Amino acid sequence: MIPRPTPERFRLRRTMMFMNAQKPGLIKDAYIYGVDSIMLDLEDAVAENQKDAARFSLYHALKTIDYGDTEVIVRINGLDTPHWQEDIRVCVAGGADGIRIAKCESAQDVKIVEEHVEKAEREFGVEVGRTLLMAALESPKGIMNAYEICAASDRMFGVAISGGDFRKCMQTKPTADGIDMLFARGQMLLAARAAGVQCFDTVFTDLDDMEGFINEVRQNKAMGFDGKSLINPKQIRPVHEIFATTEKEVAQAEAWVSAFREAQARGVGVFTVNGKMVDAAFIPGAERTLRLAKACGMYEGDLV
Amino acid sequence: MKNAVGRDIPEYLFAGGREVYQGKNYMDGRYMQKVAPRTRRYEKPQESKIVATLADALRQCGAKSGMTFSFHHHLRNGDYVVNMVMKAAIDELGLDNLTIAATSLGEAHDPVAEYIEQGKIVGIQTSGIRGRIGEVVSAGKLKTPAIIRSHGGRPRAIEMGEVHIDIAFIAAPTSDCVGNCRGIGGKSNCGSMGYAMMDAKCADHVVVVTDCLVDFPNMPASIEAIDVDAVVKVESIGNPKKIASAAARISQNPRDLMMAENVARIIASTPYFKEGFSFQTGVGGPSLAANLFLEKVMDERGIKMGWSIGGICGPMVELLKKGKVGKIIDVQDFDLDAVNSINQTPNHFEMSASQYANPANKGAMVNKLDFVVLAALEIDTGFNVNVLTGSDGVLRGAPGGHPDAAAGSKCCIIVTPLVRGRMATVCEHVVTVTTPGDCVDVLVTDYGIAVNPQRPDLIECLDAAGIPHVPIEALQKKAYSLVGTPDDLEWEDQVVAVLEARDGTILDVVRKIKPLKL
Repeated sequence: MIPRPTPERFRLRRTMMFMNAQKPGLIKDAYIYGVDSIMLDLEDAVAENQKDAARFSLYHALKTIDYGDTEVIVRINGLDTPHWQEDIRVCVAGGADGIRIAKCESAQDVKIVEEHVEKAEREFGVEVGRTLLMAALESPKGIMNAYEICAASDRMFGVAISGGDFRKCMQTKPTADGIDMLFARGQMLLAARAAGVQCFDTVFTDLDDMEGFINEVRQNKAMGFDGKSLINPKQIRPVHEIFATTEKEVAQAEAWVSAFREAQARGVGVFTVNGKMVDAAFIPGAERTLRLAKACGMYEGDLV
Repeated sequence: MKNAVGRDIPEYLFAGGREVYQGKNYMDGRYMQKVAPRTRRYEKPQESKIVATLADALRQCGAKSGMTFSFHHHLRNGDYVVNMVMKAAIDELGLDNLTIAATSLGEAHDPVAEYIEQGKIVGIQTSGIRGRIGEVVSAGKLKTPAIIRSHGGRPRAIEMGEVHIDIAFIAAPTSDCVGNCRGIGGKSNCGSMGYAMMDAKCADHVVVVTDCLVDFPNMPASIEAIDVDAVVKVESIGNPKKIASAAARISQNPRDLMMAENVARIIASTPYFKEGFSFQTGVGGPSLAANLFLEKVMDERGIKMGWSIGGICGPMVELLKKGKVGKIIDVQDFDLDAVNSINQTPNHFEMSASQYANPANKGAMVNKLDFVVLAALEIDTGFNVNVLTGSDGVLRGAPGGHPDAAAGSKCCIIVTPLVRGRMATVCEHVVTVTTPGDCVDVLVTDYGIAVNPQRPDLIECLDAAGIPHVPIEALQKKAYSLVGTPDDLEWEDQVVAVLEARDGTILDVVRKIKPLKL
């Protein structure tokens, strides 16, 4: 039995890699590739008559494998299926860090999942509130309701758009410049930022088109996404490289945070660093930069 | 008596002045007496040396019971020649008490196991032993312990007379009527014939076996007519499909790719990675994929590889054609791209096993090697590698050039997954030591990297480059936590194989395995 640390609602989630929960060979050590979060899938990757087997394999993976610092999230089946309630019980009993709600369209969807999660936490003696939630927006209605979904629960750490289903609804296909989902991505980002949660982009399915993948990730970063959903370990490194901080950003953040801590100790609110006025409002961003830099191996200090 | 890698070697094996392994370069500077073959003079001009059958060739060479026949393994698992020759010698000529001295033996030679069980073949000396032969030897059915040598140790042993070859059989993709042989131009092409060269020079008699006779002179010849007694034309010397694969594909397995990328990063972190560096790699998944990532870092740094050696396959030839490696010196070819390139692409040369790896000559190629990337069946916390025995203790592997390249190179990197199925690759004690830990520098697994503490200089390189690494014990413990702690194997006293270090000392022995009882 591997005790997992208490999940952190806001942590670094540049990469979330999908893996079929039914395949022990895949999930037994998916963390070795250095992905931030693993997304164990009970939904589309698992055949309808194999849902039980997948839950079984998932539960034992969660109980016996030491995933270390890698976050373990489970994508459960949609609320319109007969599977999602049992999925939730397995996730909570196994101690998953979070649950991804498939095909989420309203705050009500989040609330009903939350209710069942809490029930399961009580059933299995898990600390109430431990299990985090995120929502996948897969339809125009989900995008329209993005803000209420993001703000529906204190357990919510983020939302992701799911390109496959969304494009089907919109009668579009993936485009090289992302114009097909530009508005939806933008709307979801606005909602997520407004509600104070994270925001993740959809998977890129053509594994041979690394150039197209990299262009899409660059656009994700430019638009303000926190991370990207992935389907193969070879997609991890490019995302981490693109989302990495620059040395200049790290140096600046380090200077700001240490100056802020000193100023705080002296009871000073506003101060200047290298001629630029800095106050408390800059600090969460600077600390985020340092955490990212630490994850990228670019910062070894102890400010974060 | 315990040797330098802690293996207990029974004293009766020291007959004839044999010593136990004392550590790397122990024999350096000593003088040795080379032996010469006793060969027949052919003064009277011969139009042709072609004889009708293998039996005729054997008779012409004075084949008799108790002799040692040698073979080379360029036809790999497609080879027909070993079986044909042994059948002729034993079934047609009625010989027995024979010894096979091969550069490697595999599943292709399963019929030989039958002759071992019948007691007709009493000795095996080889660099690789797999399939049924490995099983019957492990079961204690060979009269004398098999002797396992590296590709460099074998030519050393031949030169020093430790193995005397009565008749060498050369499996030749093409030959002319007097025995000039090449590895190309026929229907069973293998490219380099490097492992056979020493045999042709040092055997008392040499018989060429070919399935493609070409016009005289077959030049440039890998095996020269001046050393050949007889040529036999047969229907087929091997199965081309099993001799060389179409093209060695670089793995798409993310695990292999991740390990390969780490190998390239480690190489690039050392001071040896500079213009003109030298490199050898195997054809296993992650080893071969290292080529890909190495090319990337070479491009980034704007440097080129000076030369590459070893068994060669397509991806390295590709680098040569792109001008990213200066020269390839080739002892064996693994795929058709390499077969079709040797002696055709400028700067793709052939070499003998002695030139490749012999520790007793005056400068084998491995001694100038900067990097070698090698696989392992097992590696223990002393960095000792096993590439010979399975986790069941049965002979099913090949030291090949592994110990030679590891010992000669400045930086030897072992790349292997941490576990294979239920087997821990990184373990407390390998079943058999085939490459001693003092020759191994870095271990790359899918769960992390470990550097041999004997190489603090390399530890500094990795630290400076920000490449994380852990003590090898941490990897071994991780492996055991995943698959459990293996029970010790149970052996009987009988030694079934002696594993020679490349310098001729005894590195380890393999004993008869106790039959498994459940």
